[in-house]
Amino acid sequence: MKYEEIVHRCFRCGYCKFTGDYSTFNCPSYRKFGFDTYSPGGRMWLIRAWLAGEIENTTRLQHILFSCATCASCVEHCVFTFSDDLVNAFVAAREEMVNGGVIPPRVRDYLKSIHINGNPYRAPGEERDKWAERMSVPPYDGQEYLFYVGCVGSYDERAQKIARSVSDLLLNAGVSFGILGKREICDGNEVRALGERGLFQSLAEQNIALFRELGMQRIITLDPHAFNAFKNDYPELGGHYQVFHYSQVLAPLLRGEAMPFRELRARVTYHDPCYLGRHNGEYTAPRIILRSIPGLDLVEMEQSRENAFCCGGGGGNFFTDILGGGEESPARVRIRQALDTGAEILAVSCPQCAKMLDDALKAENAAEKMKVLDVSEIASLALPQSQDSCSNGLSP
Amino acid sequence: MYKLHFDENICKKCPTGDCLIKCQYLDIEKNQVKDEMVKIAQGKDSFVLEQCVTCYGCEEYCRRGNHPFYLITEKRDEKGILTSPRAITKQWINIGEPRGKYQLGEIKEKILSFGFMPEFLDMVKGKLFEDLMPSYVFGQEFFCNVVYLHFANTQIIKQRLPMVVENFRKLGVEEVVFMHDECYGAFSSLAPAYGIEVPFKPIHYFEYLYQRLKDLASDIKPLNINVAYQRPCSSRLSPDKHRYVPKIMNLIGANLVEREYQDENALCCGGIFAMDYGYSLAHDVQEKNLEDMVAHGAEYCVFNCPACQNTLGEKVRKRGLKPIHMVDLCRMALGETPKMEE
Amino acid sequence: MKDILNRLAEIVGEEHVSNQPEEIFYYARDPGLMPPHNPDYVVLPRTSEQVQKIVLLAKEEKIPLVPMGAGMALTGLIIPLKGGIVIDMKRMNRILEVNEKARYAIVEGGTSQGALKAYLEKHYPRLRHSVPDAPATATIAANVVIHGQGRLTQQYGFNSDMVSGLEVVLPSGKICKIGSSSLSSAWFSKGAPLPDLSGLFLGWFGTTGIITKVALKLYPRKRFRDVDVFVTDSEELVPEMVYELTHTEMAEDINVFSQPLPMIFKDNHHITIFITGDTDEELEFKRKMIWDALDPYIKSKDGGFMGVPPTMKPTFLDMPQRSVSRFADVKKGGGFEYSGPIILVEKYPQCTGKIRELASKYDLAYSAMARIIGRGHCMMFGFAFTFNRSDPGMMERTRKALSEVSEFVLEMGGVFWKPTVDEQKMALNKMDPNTLSILRMIKENLDPYGIMNPGNWEVA
Repeated sequence: MKYEEIVHRCFRCGYCKFTGDYSTFNCPSYRKFGFDTYSPGGRMWLIRAWLAGEIENTTRLQHILFSCATCASCVEHCVFTFSDDLVNAFVAAREEMVNGGVIPPRVRDYLKSIHINGNPYRAPGEERDKWAERMSVPPYDGQEYLFYVGCVGSYDERAQKIARSVSDLLLNAGVSFGILGKREICDGNEVRALGERGLFQSLAEQNIALFRELGMQRIITLDPHAFNAFKNDYPELGGHYQVFHYSQVLAPLLRGEAMPFRELRARVTYHDPCYLGRHNGEYTAPRIILRSIPGLDLVEMEQSRENAFCCGGGGGNFFTDILGGGEESPARVRIRQALDTGAEILAVSCPQCAKMLDDALKAENAAEKMKVLDVSEIASLALPQSQDSCSNGLSP
Repeated sequence: MYKLHFDENICKKCPTGDCLIKCQYLDIEKNQVKDEMVKIAQGKDSFVLEQCVTCYGCEEYCRRGNHPFYLITEKRDEKGILTSPRAITKQWINIGEPRGKYQLGEIKEKILSFGFMPEFLDMVKGKLFEDLMPSYVFGQEFFCNVVYLHFANTQIIKQRLPMVVENFRKLGVEEVVFMHDECYGAFSSLAPAYGIEVPFKPIHYFEYLYQRLKDLASDIKPLNINVAYQRPCSSRLSPDKHRYVPKIMNLIGANLVEREYQDENALCCGGIFAMDYGYSLAHDVQEKNLEDMVAHGAEYCVFNCPACQNTLGEKVRKRGLKPIHMVDLCRMALGETPKMEE
Repeated sequence: MKDILNRLAEIVGEEHVSNQPEEIFYYARDPGLMPPHNPDYVVLPRTSEQVQKIVLLAKEEKIPLVPMGAGMALTGLIIPLKGGIVIDMKRMNRILEVNEKARYAIVEGGTSQGALKAYLEKHYPRLRHSVPDAPATATIAANVVIHGQGRLTQQYGFNSDMVSGLEVVLPSGKICKIGSSSLSSAWFSKGAPLPDLSGLFLGWFGTTGIITKVALKLYPRKRFRDVDVFVTDSEELVPEMVYELTHTEMAEDINVFSQPLPMIFKDNHHITIFITGDTDEELEFKRKMIWDALDPYIKSKDGGFMGVPPTMKPTFLDMPQRSVSRFADVKKGGGFEYSGPIILVEKYPQCTGKIRELASKYDLAYSAMARIIGRGHCMMFGFAFTFNRSDPGMMERTRKALSEVSEFVLEMGGVFWKPTVDEQKMALNKMDPNTLSILRMIKENLDPYGIMNPGNWEVA
């Protein structure tokens, strides 16, 4: 197994479980399930035991490994020099399981759907650009940027709205971009995170070939997960691009006042998506966008930035839902944290977080108190031509 | 073994006795100086050997080419007179021991030497250094070892300095810009005094900065700030380079406040004093120094030596002044973000 | 067996009980070197009443019970030596009350050191507790049960001395309050002026009951904190240096360490002296007192204060010191264990000599770390060795070295701290027989069926 050389080095001291100030546990699966086996240290010790034949690949072990949200809070807080590779080791262990063919059914179904349909929704590829119907989003034809929407933004109803609002903003700001539409292929971030290295490589190679054919160099992603794959995993397969999350393209434009916003009086708190924040160190751009909206009062949750609590959707859990469910599901915990700030809007910058938190908001019966909106949706609301959230259809 | 070139006849004929008369830490009459120095040179006991606090000042005060401080150090070492607690000396000797963990940049004929001061790894960047970076060296293998003068240990210097010289020679470099003036002093003053051959041209970084700032004059935005300069002990080994301080300040539009404890009258940061002599001496010297900075309206305290900055930085800040290294100050004048504000 | 699982599930909820191989494997061991032993079940209770029900079930079925915090003692105290139920207390992590003016906090039995520290910093910035250098996951209750030490130990003694009340589930299933809380709503004293019953539980490793609530004394938290490090190459002088330092009563905490690596620490002994103050003046006054106390050693060149670089200070000032955990990976192997006897400070030279001898004999990397307890009344001297978990030979050598430490400790008149089962036996063998009979009496009366963490403190 890759990273096998570090699994015996875990002291199981437990720093990985915490926030930086130790105020609370920040590992989503440990917080949810409570057994030390579900903590990063627990995984390290169990992976070692499994590799050594001391325990078997059981349903429980699969549950423990696949409930990891790959949120990288452990990477942030582990005190050892190998901390950077903690999530890599968990993914590598999943790879071992996938290679062995014994994995949770939901993981199998997800991977099968990607393999057969090219997306996890078992939807036809022809429908990938449905979100852009009735919009004047141009196809990619050598523009400065490719706007890569990804599976969630293309097919999920909630995420489609975010794809549209990002497109709106990019068009408004005069950014030269186009989309792949029906030609778009899954980026494979979750495929990799779920341990199907071969399928990931195949998807990446297809994308790289397509991007090469199109002469594409600069990508804007809707989804931090795709951002992560293009930025960190494609280069080793020969795909070298300038990759931007949409917030990183929009934030500098706001500094230049290319997009003057109208006043939007709202108390907003921002949830850092793991694959934008901890995985890629981008905490600022979405906040710059929010702060540039007059009247918007940005308040921070107790756990933010490096200490942000994951929505629970990472590492494929958005699709497999191994971690989700119940009062202590990470998304519901996160909603309660957001409610504690008194915010009316919980801002996100990831379509997966948006969906996870939206559902959790309903489960918490708090839809009256707060809305979950993507940063792009909030910014769209503040565009001078925008009327209100309802008429734009931006309310989730 | 290398031997210090020291001519006691120069002392015998010295009309001033400046080396010890000007010392800020010794209480000595002018008519005593000659006798004490000759006694020291002849290997006899002297109260100077007991009371010198290793400020390096006499190396500058002597204008006759002798090396009073090296002599004092040499004789202390011979007599086993400790300046520093044994544990502190051991600690420093251990820290400086070559471990094969040095760093080499892309070595050219002219290089920057960070000695063994990791602060420079982060600090040395921007326009000022784009001529040379990443041509640099760092690590114990390039550590001049001059600091052991404070510990009255010339043996370790004589043992290690030639190895450092050899390490530079192996690189085949022709010019070395030293970012720490103790290193510069090692190759421009101490090595010659001991007859150690130096196979490259040492350049003091002040001189380098000054030239670069002149080249970049059009990019400079005058800082218009009042600064106090904290002169380090090791600057005494190259007093001619100290003259670049006002020249650099002038170029970057920083007003060097005229204060009591500057130039020849500069006070030690107290770091070594604290380690070697305890609370009172260090505290008294630091208080005088800091009050002097404040009293003369300094807004910034500019450091040449990172060790001084480590010692005094926080204390300076508590007095309402901003501590800043000379490199950062110059970078600030070029519109760059100094390390302290990154 | 199925029945027990179901009954436990009825108590704590199905999702909070396990007899799965993964939990059995993990909870069979701690990060130290003691051999593992499987539990039969692991449960995660949320309330004292759930703990009570678990105890009643165990009593009825004569099943061993092992309460567990973070399992960081390293000496195997939470290894279920006779199987049974491991009760992982960490879901009971609520901070129930802080009495600001009386300076105490009441926490549940699974509350972590880190959580209380963070809570106080946020809500009561003028209060603090004695944070040990164990990882932040270490629990308050487990720490006092093993007589842990922390940042305030030099001032106020063992962390268990700072307990001001307990709630304990007895082996009988009764929930019992200890101290002032037994007849008042205020938890200000664990005993005095009543008979102090806390001694029936503190130091017993859960063999007499399960602590479900702890009241802990809090102390003033000053605005500023700093550290000075006095170094000496003369280990013989360390005890008298410590004596001079403790005489000043100026230090927050005093530790002594020596280790061969990194090079900056080679050849010397380092007395780290922490100071606190609400103002610069207070801090500086304390610093001067401390420096002056050691001035004769500076003058004689037997020691001096090292310049602590600003980059190194955060490592010292870190609370808990994460660098302690990092010691586990010095050999890139994730393991360390230490024997930490409580011993007279005057034995420091013998202890450092011994650890060097053992490190050399067994080819091990070591760190000697001592924490002064009280005003020099004694110290915890940690004989710490790091080992590579994937190197069985090194692990065995470490075991042997620690075994020699155990013998040495008794020779030196020391007392084991959080002893392994083997050390417990050695201690009981050496103990005054009359003392032993009291221990036996207590144990037999409180835990007649021997279900509480059996194997530990077993008086023959």
